[in-house]
Amino acid sequence: MRKKLHRKDLLGLEDISAEEIELILNTAVSLKEISERPIKKVPTLRGKTIVNLFLEPSTRTSSSFDLAAKRLSADTVTVSSSSSSILKGETLLDTARNLEAMRIDAAVVRHSSAGAAHFLAQRLKASVINAGDGSHEHPTQGLLDMLTIREKLKRLENINVLIVGDIAHSRVARSNIFGLKKMGANVSICAPPTFIPYYIERLGVKIFYNLNEALPHADVINVLRIQLERQGKELFPSIREYKELYRITKDRLQLAKSDVLIMHPGPINRGVELDPDVADGISSVILEQVTNGLAIRMAILYLLITHK
Amino acid sequence: MRKKKIIVLDADGVRRTVTRIAYEILEKNKGIDNLAIVGIRARGAPLAERIVDIIEGIEKKRPLIGILDITLYRDDLSAIGEKPVVHSTEIPFNVDDKTVVLIDDVLYTGRTIRSALDAIVDFGRPKSIQLAVLVDRGHRELPIRPDYVGKEVSTKGNEVVVVRIKEVDGIDEVTIEEKTS
Amino acid sequence: MKTILIKNGRVIDPGSNLDRIADILIVDGVVKEIKKNIVKKPSYEAIDARKKIVTPGFIDMHTHLREPGREDEETILTGTKAACKGGFTSVVCMANTDPPIDDVGIVRLIFRCAEEAGFAKVYPVGAVSKGLKGEELAEIGDLYRAGIVAVSDDGMPVTNSEIMRRALEYTNMFDIPVISHCEDRFLCERGVMNEGYTSTRLGLEGIPSVSEVIMVARNIILAEYTKGRVHIAHVSTAESVNLIRDAKKRKVKVTAETAPHYFTLTDELVESFDTNLRVNPPLRSKEDLSAIVEGLKDGTIDVIATDHAPHTKAEKEVEFDAAPTGMIGLEIALGLILTQLIEKSHLTLPKAISKITLNPSSILKIKGGIIKLGEMADITIFDPEFEWECNPNEFESKSKNTPFKGWKMKGRVEYVIVSGRIVLKDGKIIV
Repeated sequence: MRKKLHRKDLLGLEDISAEEIELILNTAVSLKEISERPIKKVPTLRGKTIVNLFLEPSTRTSSSFDLAAKRLSADTVTVSSSSSSILKGETLLDTARNLEAMRIDAAVVRHSSAGAAHFLAQRLKASVINAGDGSHEHPTQGLLDMLTIREKLKRLENINVLIVGDIAHSRVARSNIFGLKKMGANVSICAPPTFIPYYIERLGVKIFYNLNEALPHADVINVLRIQLERQGKELFPSIREYKELYRITKDRLQLAKSDVLIMHPGPINRGVELDPDVADGISSVILEQVTNGLAIRMAILYLLITHK
Repeated sequence: MRKKKIIVLDADGVRRTVTRIAYEILEKNKGIDNLAIVGIRARGAPLAERIVDIIEGIEKKRPLIGILDITLYRDDLSAIGEKPVVHSTEIPFNVDDKTVVLIDDVLYTGRTIRSALDAIVDFGRPKSIQLAVLVDRGHRELPIRPDYVGKEVSTKGNEVVVVRIKEVDGIDEVTIEEKTS
Repeated sequence: MKTILIKNGRVIDPGSNLDRIADILIVDGVVKEIKKNIVKKPSYEAIDARKKIVTPGFIDMHTHLREPGREDEETILTGTKAACKGGFTSVVCMANTDPPIDDVGIVRLIFRCAEEAGFAKVYPVGAVSKGLKGEELAEIGDLYRAGIVAVSDDGMPVTNSEIMRRALEYTNMFDIPVISHCEDRFLCERGVMNEGYTSTRLGLEGIPSVSEVIMVARNIILAEYTKGRVHIAHVSTAESVNLIRDAKKRKVKVTAETAPHYFTLTDELVESFDTNLRVNPPLRSKEDLSAIVEGLKDGTIDVIATDHAPHTKAEKEVEFDAAPTGMIGLEIALGLILTQLIEKSHLTLPKAISKITLNPSSILKIKGGIIKLGEMADITIFDPEFEWECNPNEFESKSKNTPFKGWKMKGRVEYVIVSGRIVLKDGKIIV
């Protein structure tokens, strides 16, 4: 049986079909086993070149993509913002032209501007994989979160997922909402109103301001990383107050279902949005997310990179 | 579209052939010590299961069993972007120093077996690898030969051998069919 | 100077309430006769205007010509050529050049360049404040004597209400308007597109409509208090239209313009991340667009101006949030007016034409905008039925930043006469 993603690039989960998501998740399940072998490598993408273009700091996602490519035998080059000529004033357009000239097969892109991956996708023959564009989308994170939920709860349909944190500036939140809604899950968000963008209810999410009211319904709590640099600006008064109102603590968790799953896209601000004993507790599936992230990225590379 | 032409093996024929292969494997390897039966997806996997069941019936002990999906090792991954669906590989034992018997339904060009050999050695260093197939239809493109053959069938260019296995296709049979388009 | 005879055109001149088939005779650059069946003499240059529309030359009261300072984007020469191609015989150029038009030297430079170019007439807008900094008033009196027709800090809206108040008072003695780009800069500090469902989906920082509305309200209040004249530039929101409508009812001296993209495009299109859609104010919602059209219909919005804002390909071919704001408009304004307003029966042709002729000329008190016996002839002739596809590479403008590439347009400008001289003939610029 043959199936395919109907696209050259993976730019987001908003414009991808439920069937395609299903295919990616199933492929990732099959690929998980490779990482358990003594020789953690298959020859599938031998001779393919993948550039990891990380123009915004990231260790976790960048190493996950790098490892995924290597487990499939692709050659990888990682270009990060500190080492790149972007610092020397090279534009994204020139970067795109250079990549094209190097005849790469795929580019994985992390960039602080929404639409940066689209920009490259329109200009490259190679597949472009969005590894996070501004506050827009982070599709592989959305996929790995869904894989983790499906693995633990055996389904996505009618699962109640609660996302807590700065929704307005979160690409993780957007990709989760787009993906989960498509797969039939119910999504709620909980944050102070300054973190909730207008019209988000049109995406079919339920809004809570009070964490205690939101917790009892959730099968899954996805806790977003709070961006400390936004403190004291207009969006929230202080970390102290945010912690008082929204930190996931062991005590608060008493309000949730006993088998609730705790997820976090990482890196965690321990003791800020999430208490250490919750992050390391029995409800936490944060490390499974990391493992699944690798499998999802292998699946994406396998499904997108064409053999010519 | 294909037109059915000749039935090579019916359900009984498949049963007898599989049984014979199981006996031959036992005979050649003198028991099941260090023996691992590994079926190649899709139809090799249920065949391996049947062979293991038969061996268990005789020896009262179950040999090691595994399933191999060779998709990621194929040399013909499509250029059009339409990819074979990857299914899981399950080798729940250490292959070092084992005698691994690969099971597949049809041996043809030998390319699937080449992929399977690559896959197996990624799990370790077996003592030896043997190959059992339900049907050998010739036309090899690689220097590969089977150790156990259910039935040899010679085909012409416009003919294909079709193996149907109950677990996958709902019926056990081997036929020669003509390609009509 | 050759005598020009325009034969058999449908003359639409809202300024003289004219809409009929007539001939126009231009002698020595001056309109000599407007009547039927003027007899052609062999020495005349005759223009066959049958099935064509003859109007006063269009006036664009909001153009960025970029000279001096950004001649890589546009020059007075290329900008006035583009104007003529689009049917504009006069353009009003904004003060945010580099250096800005806060000094008579710059005003004189612009006049001289425009005269050397010899295409559309150029009327400069002076700065409200020195260096467009919003801190102290520019020498508006000096600038006025040098020939400015209005003052504006355009892209750098006057945040300080005291400065705005004094500007409205001071300009009163010259009877020129303060043109205001209405935007509360705190409310849209990081914004790159309209705040709405699309910005939420795309994760792009939003510019709320209220950032415009607040400033429209403030400026109306100040205009009412000072009895000064305020002209609201490029109105983009429904609530601004409402405020202006109410203010006009109270006889506040407020006038307003909008640009073709605000009655044509909405913020949903930004999902393509096409940087040519990044404009300031941003493209708004469908509801805003309908309100803009209503404002044009009932006269709340007096003027259609292009806000022609050229940027080079290199500047625009970047990430969406890194791109400068603005799109070019001189050569597509008529096409959009005809396809979006006339064809959809929102406006009659005379009414639409008044918004690019009579109304801007009376707000700015400049010549033109009317076909008047004894006056210099600024005349545009266009074929309203001509269909064409927008191809920016054919534009006279130095920059090609438009999201309308490939759009089907209507209406080709065939002839443009500036001060009695034909500068565009059969749709082609005469060098």
